Amino acid sequence: MADVVQVVSTDDPVRPQFSSAGELTAEARSRLGLSADALRDLYRKMVLIRRADQEALNLQRQGELGLWGQYLGQEAIHVGAVSALEAEDWIFPSYREFGMAMCRGIDPADMLKLFRGLSVGPYDPKKFHFAPLTIVVAGQIPHAVGYAIGSRFKRSRDVTLSTFGDGATSKGDWHEAMNFAGVFKAPVIFLCQNNHWAISVPLAKQTAGSIAERAQGYGFPGIRIDGNDVLGVYAAVRRAAERARDGGGPYLIEAMTYRMGAHTTSDDPTRYRTQSELETWSTKDPVARYRTWLESQGMLEEATRASIEREAETLAQSMRAKIRAATATPAGEAIFGRVYAHPPEGFQEEREEFESSLEGS
Amino acid sequence: MEAVTMARALNLSLGDALANDQEVLIFGEDVGALGGVFRITDGLQKTFGDERVFDTPLAESAIVGIAIGLAIRGFKPVPEIQFDGFIYPAFDQIVSQLAKYRNRSGISMPVTIRVPFGGHIGAVEHHSESPEAYFAHTAGLKVVTPATPGDAYALLQAAIADPDPVIFFEPKARYYVKEEIDPGRKVPIGKARIAHEGSSVTVIAYGPTVSLALDAAKAAEAENIALEVIDLRSLSPLDMPTILESLRKTHRAIVVHEAPVFGGFGAEIAARIADEGFDLLAAPVTRLGAPDTPYPPARYEKLYLPDVDRILEEVDVALAYG
Repeated sequence: MADVVQVVSTDDPVRPQFSSAGELTAEARSRLGLSADALRDLYRKMVLIRRADQEALNLQRQGELGLWGQYLGQEAIHVGAVSALEAEDWIFPSYREFGMAMCRGIDPADMLKLFRGLSVGPYDPKKFHFAPLTIVVAGQIPHAVGYAIGSRFKRSRDVTLSTFGDGATSKGDWHEAMNFAGVFKAPVIFLCQNNHWAISVPLAKQTAGSIAERAQGYGFPGIRIDGNDVLGVYAAVRRAAERARDGGGPYLIEAMTYRMGAHTTSDDPTRYRTQSELETWSTKDPVARYRTWLESQGMLEEATRASIEREAETLAQSMRAKIRAATATPAGEAIFGRVYAHPPEGFQEEREEFESSLEGS
Repeated sequence: MEAVTMARALNLSLGDALANDQEVLIFGEDVGALGGVFRITDGLQKTFGDERVFDTPLAESAIVGIAIGLAIRGFKPVPEIQFDGFIYPAFDQIVSQLAKYRNRSGISMPVTIRVPFGGHIGAVEHHSESPEAYFAHTAGLKVVTPATPGDAYALLQAAIADPDPVIFFEPKARYYVKEEIDPGRKVPIGKARIAHEGSSVTVIAYGPTVSLALDAAKAAEAENIALEVIDLRSLSPLDMPTILESLRKTHRAIVVHEAPVFGGFGAEIAARIADEGFDLLAAPVTRLGAPDTPYPPARYEKLYLPDVDRILEEVDVALAYG
């Protein structure tokens, strides 16, 4: 990442923490203010969400899920970003943020109902301050900005995290949302998980310029950082959030990472990318890297590590058991139940006809 | 109350909504200091401040997109899309997000999108369209359109109070017709009204074609033909009971809208009548609308859109059946 040019902006508390290559400086790392327990917990969460990802992939391969989109390799962003926020801050995800949802306390087995074809919205976004997974690329970004504008109007100190991939930055909704955020000085953090691939289209064919630098054109700062360093992601989101809470407005973080798995289980990456590229990135694995660092600091003993592994196994078994036992909502309720708050008469009649047609079958 | 134009009735309705509910927000292109290109939001920013009534950048998709976020935050957004033909950039946010958000999340979307629509204003391209069928086709949305100042006031109140997303089409050619309005009168979403009673033929209209149908009814009276004019007011939900009740008297129906007939909303009405009222019919249901072409240059719009003569011709055809 040595060739990255950083945007220099005044009023930017994020940038001084990073080298010009987007690496968290040793000094900034020493000033994070995280206890040894908190630092270990970041590792624990990365291990848990990675194990959940693997279990979901296994479940799909065994026919228990219709589809799965792995986030293998992106765990540092998921854990680092969510850990840097307050519970009242809303997150507006796209569709690969299963790990973020877990960090927010959403039951992974509930989430899997989406991929088992049981539900289009298997958790209560208001309970977890975690908006629905959004499948139309970039569709959720203006929602995040609208929510953040509303926070400003309500004189609230909460901030909003809008997360998306590199592909989303090609969409009009991304541009429109960034522009609105700048104009309204919305307390929103844009977090691009640049994993280098939008299905089969590589970054170089997605955009000819820098994503981070575009922020300047919208009137706020942006930075490209190493997205495989959980502490770097934490530090960037934490500072950007503090700035937004204090009325500083939006911030764009482009976190460089790599999609180690396929786009989804329907994809075949051997058709479009090389094994050597994968091998290069596997040496930057965020979980192994952070473990090495924790161990070098004497903060991760073998017993703790083993206990985390056991917890991950238990989680995986519980996910498997729960999703296989998940019962379907009755069809009438599943199809008609949540469409309207005030269902029109004719709509109710259609539901009744539908339900009575099922009774006859 | 003295007679007011539909434009003024809408303005009063928005003002009352802002005054009665702190969560109501109005935003869009030019709705602030200018008061909207049709002045529907005239004076509202001055009265309620620039956090309740505000201009946005020129981007329809984000206008609807932020409305969704604001609704999650607890607001009742009332965005304006400046013209019918400019709603398409927001189509994805309306159809894939707004309409389906509650189904996906359980979070209600009390969003009212106001859209001036229809022709007869001598405008350039994209300013005279009737895109209602796209939205009526989308589950999760409610689609309404008033034809009179009184209904404009009341229906807008109902739309803003409704917990579901409402596309509120304003017949812009009727903005300047005047009528006395009663702000206390309620018009629920989903209830049509009989705009003119008659027993010969039912003319089903909405928005800008209601006054056309009433003109046709007046002209038909001279020939002792009594047209019954239904003003639908709401396309989705559709008030089939009122339509079928009228057909029990007339046994004949003509649907009139400005949109092209092909795949237009009239097709839904005609099909529903055939499904639910086939035995009532003495003649085929006729659809009257625009040809299956893009909206023409303004000089041709009078020829392109339905008019009184074409309604009367269809009335004659309907009456010629047994």
